[in-house]
Amino acid sequence: MRKTWKSKGYFCLIGLVAAVTLGTLILIIGFILIRGLPGITVEFLTEKPKMMGKEGGVFPVIIGTIYVTLISIVIATPIGVAAAVYFSEYAKKGVLMHVIRFFTEVLAGIPSIIFGLFGFAFFVVFLGMGWSVLSGGLTLSMMILPTLVRSTEESLKTVPMAYREGSLSLGATKWETVVKVVLPCCGPGVLTGLILGIGRAVGETAAVMLTVGGSLVLPVSPLDSARTMAVHLYTLASEGLSDEKTYATAALLIIIVLVINSLANYISGRLTKE
Amino acid sequence: MKIREKVIERLILLCAAVSVAAVALITIFIFSSGGPVLAKYGVLRFIFGNDWSPTSGSYGILPLIVGTLGVTLGALVIGIPTGLGCAVFMAEMVKSRLAKLFRAAIELLAGIPSVVYGFFGLEIIVPAIRDYLLPMARKLDPDVPGSGFSVLAGAIVLAVMILPTIVSISENAIRAVPKEFHEASLALGADKRETIIKIILPAAKSGILSSIILAMGRAIGETMAVLMITGNMVKVPTSPLDPAATLTGTIAMEMSYAAPEHQNALFAIGIILFIMIIALNGIAQMVAKRFGGETA
Amino acid sequence: MSRKILVILVAVGVLAFCLGMAGCGGSDESDGKEERDSIIIAGSTSVQPLSEAMAELYMEQNPDVAIEVQGGGSGQGIKSIKENIADIGALSREVKSDEKSAAAAEYVIAKDGIAVVVNKDVKVENLTIDQIRKIYTGKIKNWRNVGGDDRPITVVSREEGAGTRSSFTEITGIAADGVDHTTKAALVQPSTGAIKKTVAKTPDSIGYISLNILDDTVKSVKVEGTAPTVDNVLSGRYQIQRPFLYVVNGHISETTKAFIGFIMGEEGQRIVEETGFIPVN
Repeated sequence: MRKTWKSKGYFCLIGLVAAVTLGTLILIIGFILIRGLPGITVEFLTEKPKMMGKEGGVFPVIIGTIYVTLISIVIATPIGVAAAVYFSEYAKKGVLMHVIRFFTEVLAGIPSIIFGLFGFAFFVVFLGMGWSVLSGGLTLSMMILPTLVRSTEESLKTVPMAYREGSLSLGATKWETVVKVVLPCCGPGVLTGLILGIGRAVGETAAVMLTVGGSLVLPVSPLDSARTMAVHLYTLASEGLSDEKTYATAALLIIIVLVINSLANYISGRLTKE
Repeated sequence: MKIREKVIERLILLCAAVSVAAVALITIFIFSSGGPVLAKYGVLRFIFGNDWSPTSGSYGILPLIVGTLGVTLGALVIGIPTGLGCAVFMAEMVKSRLAKLFRAAIELLAGIPSVVYGFFGLEIIVPAIRDYLLPMARKLDPDVPGSGFSVLAGAIVLAVMILPTIVSISENAIRAVPKEFHEASLALGADKRETIIKIILPAAKSGILSSIILAMGRAIGETMAVLMITGNMVKVPTSPLDPAATLTGTIAMEMSYAAPEHQNALFAIGIILFIMIIALNGIAQMVAKRFGGETA
Repeated sequence: MSRKILVILVAVGVLAFCLGMAGCGGSDESDGKEERDSIIIAGSTSVQPLSEAMAELYMEQNPDVAIEVQGGGSGQGIKSIKENIADIGALSREVKSDEKSAAAAEYVIAKDGIAVVVNKDVKVENLTIDQIRKIYTGKIKNWRNVGGDDRPITVVSREEGAGTRSSFTEITGIAADGVDHTTKAALVQPSTGAIKKTVAKTPDSIGYISLNILDDTVKSVKVEGTAPTVDNVLSGRYQIQRPFLYVVNGHISETTKAFIGFIMGEEGQRIVEETGFIPVN
């Protein structure tokens, strides 16, 4: 009898822990959305900030975010997909393969502030790109590369061996097999990795702060400095310029990231169903 | 045709090697920027020095290391039981549909940018500690710092941030424990609670352990959230209610304003951080391999 | 079809990366800057709002000029013109002797007072420079010792290297002989805006902020009996004040010259006033 009571208490405790976790999530998202949503108006989305963001909107910041993200995925996607193809289709087990894989794991574990330091030392100063969309995009492309490799590789693994054998036996070369048979099967996998990469790029702050700068002017050339939503939120939040704008920016950021991640979830969910 | 295939293979190999190049470049640039200061100042003096006054040429980062470890430890103390609880909840207690829903929630938690966590901490956790916890603490010790910026605030927010890492890897590890273990234990008369505590969790320990180590790496490397809520006081914290500065926060905050040597000292902090993270990730991989569990 | 696209993508990716790697010299960068009619201002975050406001109006009047305003801090301002990644370095302090070589010319574009602020619950109205120094060096730890209630003081400061901090510590004598003696038991915030927010919300706290962002969320104290006002800064009676400088290197473009002329002129100085800073002309 005592035993079951102990058991019940134990499971209640675990249930409670789970409930608290769920509650925390709801608290964070709900708190920011409730206070931030009223601030997201058409003017907020389409106007430029005034007085360092105390008034006005976030239009250049949105564009800056898209710009940086776009550069990072345009660079990272082909490299990441090709790397995954190498791991799953070409690599022979051996030292080289182990070394490359080890370094990919290492890259995935490096904290964003280190990427920021590196991006600053390498792209901004050494290559003379200055604080710019390009410096930030390149830095971020290195950050999201492991995500892309991993998720593409996972989905390459799910393509049945028979497909490859069939294609090869019909006289196709290895490359033709990869491009025409294997890769088309794992579009969703690549897409999931891509979307997760976008999510990471949009939310990243530390690395972006040190490489893109903080200019509020609409960026045109890739060598222009810009400010992303995350950096803008950091500035507004720490300086307390305007509660309304801060919450609105936070809400906008959270909505974008949530939509992006749900999309990735949905696609990878459909992938596993098939 | 043959040649083309060869060229393509080489090209693809090159792409795969980009990560190697990237890590190499990062290592080279961080070490070449920070190395000279480390060498000149002395590694031990740098790590164990108690005085971080970069504008006066004093580069002791002990307070930063203790700050980082304090916040990380606090996050683990809160995060491990919570994370394990959630993992057990999802793997053992609920039907798969509910588990799926829960997993989606955990993934949402993972997707929230760290600056948003920082903002949340700044607006909710810090004021909560300042307005509710500190008045109580002050009754015991009137000298408790009164701002709410504290190791505790950082630990709470970091705990939430590392939850997804702990939950998802631990859950997989728990699910990977063969059903027979379960059945055998129950058949021997153990109840479900005993089975989970004495059979399932020990069997999944490698996965759980590596999830914890990875979470630790994440906590140590986290920047924005801790920068915004720990108060950045460059003094060794002696209680969870003390403010503290962290390695990452100090780099992020001081980087842009730093004079050349100061900046190089920040790169030197980067080196220490880099080594800590690489070591942790190495250990996590080893643990996962050693116990034959699944890799993270 | 898809193969072609993939090949092109891979090629572009590899090419971009190789270019990035190979373009180490990047010597064309600085030349390109002068061809475009663009001005990059980098440096002190205290000067940033002023620069932004100036840039906004100037670009409205001269649509062919693009002005980019960066933060980074006073030290970064000097470094940016030295490394030629910016045209103008913005400083919120005097140029240090070891930095003189990088600056070919300096312009005082405005003045700023640094207000000492406390949380509204603090009963102290006036502090002497000596008291401020003792509070910030940790010798005075309780408001009781400067005429307030018996409460521990929470000190809030900027991070090391920040222009506002070096001005503040030098003027008040917290820093002496190049060593900053600010107590380690100080909360550190990355901008004066963040200091204001922290002081506003933290009981018993003291901080220092730019005069232009002073508002009623915090309480400013008199320093040596003088309130931090524009008149008192201009007359020199309010002691904790600093110049805002624009510094340029040897290769100054015509566009940059014209912009600086605009700032020092009547219209520019009116913006200085509108932004809450103190005009010099």
